[in-house]
Amino acid sequence: MDARTRWGRFSRSEAATGLKLISPTALYALIMLAVPLAAIVAYSFLTDGYLEIIWTPTLENYAEAWGDPLYRQVMLRSLMVAGLVTLATVLLAFPVAYYVSFYVRPGRKSLWLFLITIPFWTSYLIRVFLWKVILGFNGVVNSSLMGLGIIDEPLTFILYNVNAVVITLAHAYAPFAILPIFVALEKIDRSLLEASRDLGESTFMTFWRVTLPLAMPGVVAAVLIVFIPTIGDYVTPQLVGGPEGRMIANAIQLQYLRLDNYPLGSALAVSAMLIVTAVSLIFVFLNRRFLRVKQ
Amino acid sequence: MRGLRVYTIFYLIFLYAPIILLPLFAFNASTIIAFPLSGFTTEWFAELWAAPAMHQALRNSLIIAVSSAVLATCLGIFAARAATRFTFPGKGPIMGLIMLPLVLPEIIVAVSLLVVLLGVGINLGMWTVILGHVLICTPFSIAILNSAFLSLDGSLEEAAYDLGETRWSTFRLITLPLIMPGIISSLLISFTISLDEFIIAFFLTGTEPTLPVYIWSQLRFPTKIPSIMALGTILVALSIVLLIIAEYYRRLGVRKTGGKDTGGFL
Repeated sequence: MDARTRWGRFSRSEAATGLKLISPTALYALIMLAVPLAAIVAYSFLTDGYLEIIWTPTLENYAEAWGDPLYRQVMLRSLMVAGLVTLATVLLAFPVAYYVSFYVRPGRKSLWLFLITIPFWTSYLIRVFLWKVILGFNGVVNSSLMGLGIIDEPLTFILYNVNAVVITLAHAYAPFAILPIFVALEKIDRSLLEASRDLGESTFMTFWRVTLPLAMPGVVAAVLIVFIPTIGDYVTPQLVGGPEGRMIANAIQLQYLRLDNYPLGSALAVSAMLIVTAVSLIFVFLNRRFLRVKQ
Repeated sequence: MRGLRVYTIFYLIFLYAPIILLPLFAFNASTIIAFPLSGFTTEWFAELWAAPAMHQALRNSLIIAVSSAVLATCLGIFAARAATRFTFPGKGPIMGLIMLPLVLPEIIVAVSLLVVLLGVGINLGMWTVILGHVLICTPFSIAILNSAFLSLDGSLEEAAYDLGETRWSTFRLITLPLIMPGIISSLLISFTISLDEFIIAFFLTGTEPTLPVYIWSQLRFPTKIPSIMALGTILVALSIVLLIIAEYYRRLGVRKTGGKDTGGFL
């Protein structure tokens, strides 16, 4: 009786209403996301027999994923490419976000943001392919540089290698860096900047000591939003990377769809996730000072 | 701050570079995608019109995109409403799990779903792609609807309760009309994301290719590329129109609820 009334009270409470309301979405995420993620973790400890899976737990897949110099190289390259892309994207994006937040009239800001986001709602595959056209042997960059007489022979170091992957991905993830930085800059109380100037700081020192630290939560968010998906990108390395630009997603795809070795593919996927999580946590930890700032 | 302005304009040119090239090659008479351009033609659009495989892929993509948009927006309404109005135990972790696809590399979502679907013995097809797309569209839908629910004045709902409306009728008569612009822009954004998504479709589609999967298969054949450029041009024009509609409704929503326009989709 007591239990029933307590249940009755609970089921009418705010907490129960909230839980009931969120349950369809939460269940969907549980079945379609949490369970599959658990499944690939489980798979990564099994062995691939011919046409079947051998159900004895083993660490062999991890030994191969971490020990084989080929996979180690691909993993390190993915980390390096993702790091370079993040650095390039965030450094190039910051001034744009700064300009839109500080120098554009408030009524015009959403128009600018709209202009920045438009190119990214168009076919990703075709965009990447067009970078191949821009950077190619007879491409836009080479033909214009040769037309201007700056170079005699087409540059070959800009396509089918890591450079091409970095350029293409830095383009693809630009808005993901601009928007969080813009939001952080918008939240800054402008009177703090006036106070700093009144107290005799120069424009640069005001930026360095007031604006930048207050914008750091946005920068940290931008870094994570660019870094994490970039490391798992498949299309760009496949189209513009050439043999020496392959990344971890290409290795995972190869194991799953071509070689049918699910356990090894899963071990590679889980390893990639662990590394990404570790790097992200370290990054957040190093920047914890800025994240504690009350907005 | 002249320098900053010039830099921003150059940056915009960098952002738009691929999109400016697209129509140039779509109307270029040569099959080789390189400069100099050789002449004007609409041949590639005609070729596209006569490709039955493309029409089938487009039909598949539209079915998938419409279903994913509707399902993701429904799930988004539940979650955004719960997240903005109620506090409940485990709210942080639950929302974290739901929003996780935003930061998870898509290939991980794709392979993990593939493993489970094949493990359970489900045949791959259009609806397995829908399952994956709903998962990645829902966080975007929640982000849009969260701001719609947050800018909603709670006292309007209270007034409706006080005047004797039930929970459901209040939602239908007061809340739903006010968040309708948010719902429409959520539908359009989810539709656009699903239409353009490649990796999940590539892994989960089986023998029913979506438009991006079809494009991917054509990129291997140099002679097919001009008609892919034509297709790209049509898609760009279409998504700009959809985005302008989505932006219009978002602004309409902001004005309706009397909020301040902070701009942007995120």
